[in-house]
Amino acid sequence: MDQYYLNLLIIGGSFLLYIAIAIWARAGTTSEFYAAGRGIHPVTNGMATAADWMSAASFISMAGLIAFSGYTASAYLMGWTGGYVLLALLLAPYLRKFGSFTVPEFIGDRFYSRSARLVAVLCLVIASITYVIGQMTGVGVAFSRFLQVSNSTGLFIGAAVVFFYAVLGGMKGITYTQVAQYVVLVFAYTVPAIFISLQLTGNPIPGLGLFSTYENSGEPLLATLNQTLADLGFSSYTAQDGAPLAVLNMFLFTLTLMIGTAGLPHVIIRFFTVPKVSDARLSAGWALVFIAIVYLTAPAVGAMARLNIMDTIWPNGTQNAEAIEIDELPAWFENWQTTGLLGIEDKNGDGRLQYYDENGTPSETLGTTELAGNELVLFNPDILVLANPEIAQLPGWVIALVAAGGMAAALSTAAGLLLAISSAISHDLVKRSINPNISDSAELWWARGSMAVAVVVATYLGLNPPGFAAQTVALAFGIAAATIFPALVMGVFSRRINNVGAVSGMLTGLVFTVVYIFLHKGWFFIPGTESFPDTIEGSLFGIQSTAIGCFGALLNFVVAFVVSGRTADTPDEVKAMIENVRIPRGAGSATGH
Amino acid sequence: MSDGTGRRPSDATGYWKANIRTIVGCLIVWALVSFGFAILLRPILSVIPIGGTDLGFWFAQQGSILVFLVLIFFYAWRMNKIDREYGVEED
Repeated sequence: MDQYYLNLLIIGGSFLLYIAIAIWARAGTTSEFYAAGRGIHPVTNGMATAADWMSAASFISMAGLIAFSGYTASAYLMGWTGGYVLLALLLAPYLRKFGSFTVPEFIGDRFYSRSARLVAVLCLVIASITYVIGQMTGVGVAFSRFLQVSNSTGLFIGAAVVFFYAVLGGMKGITYTQVAQYVVLVFAYTVPAIFISLQLTGNPIPGLGLFSTYENSGEPLLATLNQTLADLGFSSYTAQDGAPLAVLNMFLFTLTLMIGTAGLPHVIIRFFTVPKVSDARLSAGWALVFIAIVYLTAPAVGAMARLNIMDTIWPNGTQNAEAIEIDELPAWFENWQTTGLLGIEDKNGDGRLQYYDENGTPSETLGTTELAGNELVLFNPDILVLANPEIAQLPGWVIALVAAGGMAAALSTAAGLLLAISSAISHDLVKRSINPNISDSAELWWARGSMAVAVVVATYLGLNPPGFAAQTVALAFGIAAATIFPALVMGVFSRRINNVGAVSGMLTGLVFTVVYIFLHKGWFFIPGTESFPDTIEGSLFGIQSTAIGCFGALLNFVVAFVVSGRTADTPDEVKAMIENVRIPRGAGSATGH
Repeated sequence: MSDGTGRRPSDATGYWKANIRTIVGCLIVWALVSFGFAILLRPILSVIPIGGTDLGFWFAQQGSILVFLVLIFFYAWRMNKIDREYGVEED
């Protein structure tokens, strides 16, 4: 069957499945819309959380990042999983016991302050909107590559599908759709990886294959990769940059990603959906099980793809050998050149493709023809996962499956983010701040209406990305780390933090983090307005803007403690509420908000 | 309902202290495997070879994730036990 029709069949089939689930699981009450009626089994919730969490960035970009920066990219692996330990230990059980529907609801009630609630809504909306733009752009790209429609048409189809199942089903529909999306996503990610691992190492488990023997050389796979890279002048794959500032930045970046993960509202609200406090603890563990299946595979995909690319371009090894003739390059080179994500240029005109690091120190024996510079001029890391089945010459249905998986990753995260935004608006702005007497059914209409508006806004931003979509991820994580996470943790673990302290802390964390990011990436990301280069050497204090969120969090904690110590003590009824939140018993009765 | 260890339903402070001890213990391990073994202490671990690289690299790309998993399930199991001990488990 033609590849185009295979893609159409598998992607179309997955979309029909999501819509069928939405009709089956439509929400009838606000509790079902916001928290799926709190009846989700922890394993089911773990699976949905995994799909919710693993975005287009995890699915499409992460393996490519690892392939091209090796050890340094471990910050993503540890950061995006370590946050679940913080969630399970510090947040999930208590927020579930409190029984709120949204993150700002907890912050507003715990700090008995309308300002705290509104600051939390503001942070949630900024963090979620910046994150959703990337998902929507990802949907457009995947569509245009695999279904040969324009970027915009692809985006409209994706938005229509999300609109249907998110608006109709709310959290309940999203949960079951995300379970289906997780299954599609995990198959799409692991099947090609298993094939490739078998081809290269004979080990069917990619995570183990990474540390096994490479069959072509008889040496360990990573040692072969390091040797090949050294011959071509590239920096080592596994070595650590021991410079103190490099180590410090990796430390801080990992910490920021962990705190940010634990503070992102669309992940936190998933823990409101399970029946019991003990289920909330367990659910974080199950989420990490399902995430780990992909995250333990990703480093193998990265290293193996990098080795495959090296071997494709230098088929006879790098010592005294010739690079591949451009006419003999595999078909995927041509396919991806048309997307503009891959570029080759025969600089010395010898009809061969020489790939090496012209700024490094390639071995003297490299090639026999004169080198005029690296001829693989562009290799966007994002194509790695999508092109992987083609690189490893896997059957057509695997290529279609990977396309469906990429879309499942983007759509599930987009839906989770849109729900977090719409519930903050309908519940915290309309119900809790503007019109407290609103009826349950009217609130449900507001919830559906703000979801519809959020889908339209996200689609518009996906069509006209503000030109900084890739950089906004730093902003989303920075804000979540510097505002939401500290406020929630202090809310549970300190009785002394009061309304004034919490609001001053959050505002300090927000302003500090946003200003530091803007100083390095330009005010509102407008090119040319930045004051410091976004490199380790050029940064203010030597800390990159992506790693600054943990300092924002620290400032938030310090300011909140100092201000609370100098203002009136927390009222007794709030203290009683905190005591109650700390104890699991009675979680069932706390759900009647 | 009783588990023989004596139920202390009113001892909220004791329960919270036991919880904090468990959390701190888990967080020490959490920090040790990620920030410790994978980043700061990697030069020390580099003497232990594993699959063409060293133990620190393994912790950075796989080991810490596996330890995180064990930690969360350990915490969930341990807290259920403490909940019952102090008589604050859900009905």
